[in-house]
Amino acid sequence: MTDDKPTTGGVPVPVTPAGATSGAPAEFPPAAPAGRGMFGNQGTGDVSGFGGLVRQHRAIEDSPRPYGGYFDEVRDALEEAYPAFGEAIEKVVVDRGELTLHIRPERIAEVCQVMRDDPALRFELCSSVSGVDYLGADARRLHVVYQLTSMTYRRQVRLEAAVSVEEPHLPSVTAVYPTADWQERETYDMFGVVFDGHPALTRILMPDDWEGHPQRKDYPLGGVPVEYKGAEIPPPDKRRSYQ
Amino acid sequence: MSASNYATERETTEGRVFNVTGGDWDEVVSGVDPINEGRIVVNMGPQHPSTHGVLRLILELEGETVREARSVVGYLHTGIEKNLEYRNWVQGSTFVTRMDYLSPLFNETAYSLAVEKLLGIEEQITERATTIRVLMMELNRISSHLVWLATTAMELGAINMMLYGFREREYILEIFELITGLRMNHAYVRPGGVAQDVPDEAIVKIRDFLKLMPKRLKEYEDLLSGQPIWLERTQNVAVLDVTGCVALGVTGPVLRSAGLAWDLRKTMPYCGYETYEFDVPTHSDGDVWGRYLVRNAEIRESLKLVEQALDRLKPGPVMVADKKIAWPAQLAIGVDGMGNSLEHVAKIMGQSMESLIHHFKLVTEGFRVPPGQVYVGVESPRGELGVHAVSDGGTRPYRVHYREPSFVNLQALPAMAEGGLIADVIAGGASLDPVMGGCDR
Repeated sequence: MTDDKPTTGGVPVPVTPAGATSGAPAEFPPAAPAGRGMFGNQGTGDVSGFGGLVRQHRAIEDSPRPYGGYFDEVRDALEEAYPAFGEAIEKVVVDRGELTLHIRPERIAEVCQVMRDDPALRFELCSSVSGVDYLGADARRLHVVYQLTSMTYRRQVRLEAAVSVEEPHLPSVTAVYPTADWQERETYDMFGVVFDGHPALTRILMPDDWEGHPQRKDYPLGGVPVEYKGAEIPPPDKRRSYQ
Repeated sequence: MSASNYATERETTEGRVFNVTGGDWDEVVSGVDPINEGRIVVNMGPQHPSTHGVLRLILELEGETVREARSVVGYLHTGIEKNLEYRNWVQGSTFVTRMDYLSPLFNETAYSLAVEKLLGIEEQITERATTIRVLMMELNRISSHLVWLATTAMELGAINMMLYGFREREYILEIFELITGLRMNHAYVRPGGVAQDVPDEAIVKIRDFLKLMPKRLKEYEDLLSGQPIWLERTQNVAVLDVTGCVALGVTGPVLRSAGLAWDLRKTMPYCGYETYEFDVPTHSDGDVWGRYLVRNAEIRESLKLVEQALDRLKPGPVMVADKKIAWPAQLAIGVDGMGNSLEHVAKIMGQSMESLIHHFKLVTEGFRVPPGQVYVGVESPRGELGVHAVSDGGTRPYRVHYREPSFVNLQALPAMAEGGLIADVIAGGASLDPVMGGCDR
C-alpha cells in the first residue's frame, strides 16, 4: 500500500529527468498525475526507477488549414460575420473529427450570438455546457466547454473558454441560449465558474450550503475505508493505482 | 387520528405553513382566508408519487391556477461523474449505466462510443457488436417508453394501463437478463464492443416479443386513445412549440411532438442507423397528447428496427480484435447469473502466457487512452444524450460529462405549467419523462 510520506533511505524519490519536460508548457493535456512514472505510486514500492519517468506532453497548437469537412466553412463564416474574430479566437483546433474554437472568455456571449444568428452558421441549439479543470496546466485552468449544434446544417462545433480560479468570471450565454441556464448553474456548482449576467446563479446539484466545488481536481473524492473479512480496503482515491 | 394533527399548521415569519400528507386538502382550503391570502405556495415533492422520483416543484397557486412554477433538482446527485475519474476506462461502464436507470444501454453505448472515438478504433468495432448495440438500444427504448406510458397513465388516473405497461416492460427486462445477466444496470456495452454474445434463447424470446408487442400496443391504444378522460387530460395541455423547445434545449419526443423531426439517429447517424429502414414520427400540436402519440409510434418504429437488427445478426466476434483493449474475461452464464468462463481460465492459466499477460494488465491497469476530448451524442428515449469525454493519456477518464436530456428538458417545466391548472402540472411534467437518476447523476 502506498502512503503519502516522503521516502527516506534507499528508495528512489521520483525526480524529473533532465530534459524530460523541456519545450513549451503544455496547456493540454494537463500536467495531471497521469504520465508520471509507471504505476502512479509516489514514494514507496518502486525500486525499478521507472517512477521517475515523465511522459512528455505536447502543447496543442492551431491546426493547419485546410481543416477538412465543414470546419473551414464554419471558420470562414464566423470570421466574416464577427469583426473581432482575430482578437476573440485564441486557437482553432481540429482533433478526432471535431472542431474546437478556443475563445477569450469575455467574448463568449458575443461569439455565441453570432454563431446562433448568422445565416451561414445557424447554431440554434446549445447542446451542452460543462467544465473541465486542467489543474496544473497553466493559470487559466478552468475551461468551460460549449457544444453547439446547427440543426439547419447538421453541424457541431465546440467552443472552449478558459478562466483562472482567482478570476473565474465570464459572461453568461443564457440570453442567447436559455437552455444554458441550468447547465451554467451546474458548472458554477461543480467548478466555481461565475457566469456574469446569469439570472439566478445558485447551486443546483449540491446542497445550497455546500462548501467547495466538487468537480475541481484539487477537491478530494472522499470516501471511507471498508473492512472486508479482516482486510481493510481503502477508499477509491487512496488505493494503489496504475496511471 | 384527529383532524388537527393530520394537516398540522403553524405560523412562521413567512406566513402560515401547512404540512399536507394527502387527502386533507379541505383543511388547508378552509384554513386559508381566500380574500387576504390570494396566493398559496405549494411544495410538491421531493417525495411525491406524481413527480417521477425525487423532483421537487414549488408552485405558487392562485386558486387552482399555477402562477409560478420552479423545479428543484439535485436530490439524487450521486457524484457519478466525479467517481468515474477514479476508475479505469472499462469500469466507467458500470457507473454510467446507473445514471438514467430507465435507459442504461443508451448511457453505456454513448460512453463506449466516446471512448472508442478517443481511442480512434471506431472502424474496428465489429459489425455484430454494433448490431447488438442497436438491438439492445431499441429494446431499451421500448421498455423506457412503456414505463413512461405506464407511469403517466397512472398519474392521470388509468391504473390498469400502469399494470399493462410494467407487464410488457418486464418481458423486455427478462430478455435483457437473458443476454446481459441483469435486469438493469447491465454494464453490457463496453468500450470495444459488448461484454457477451447474444445467446440463441434470447433471439427466440425477442422474436416472440416482436409477435406479441403489436397486439399489446393495439390494446393500449384501444384503452386510451378514444378515452374521453385521457383526451381531456392530454389535449392542449402543457403546450410547447418548436421555438420554445429549441430555445430551452428540449430534444427527443417532446421536440418531435411539436413538429420538428429532429432525431439524431437520422440527422447525425451513429452505429449504422443510416442503413436501417425506419421513420421519425412527429405530431404538430406540441401537447401531451402529441407526445403520447409520438412515443407510441416510436415503439412501433423500434420494433421495426429490432426486427431488422435480428435479421442482420451474422456470427462473428463481439469485441475488437486488439487484445490490448478487449476486456479478456470471457463470461459464462451460470445458474446464479454471470461467472468466469472455466474454459478461459484454463486457457490463461494453463496454455497461453500472452493471454495471461493481457488479462493481468487490463484488469489491474487498464488501457491507456490518447489525450484529447470528444463529444458524442445519441438519441436516447428522452432526447439527445451527449457524452463529453476528456482523456489526459492515462488509464482513467480525466473528465466525463453527461449532457442528460432529463436535466435539460426539465427546464421547460415552468414554461409548460405556468398559467395552467395544477392538475396539468402533473400531465406536463410527466410528458417530459424526466428520470431523476439521469437528471442528477
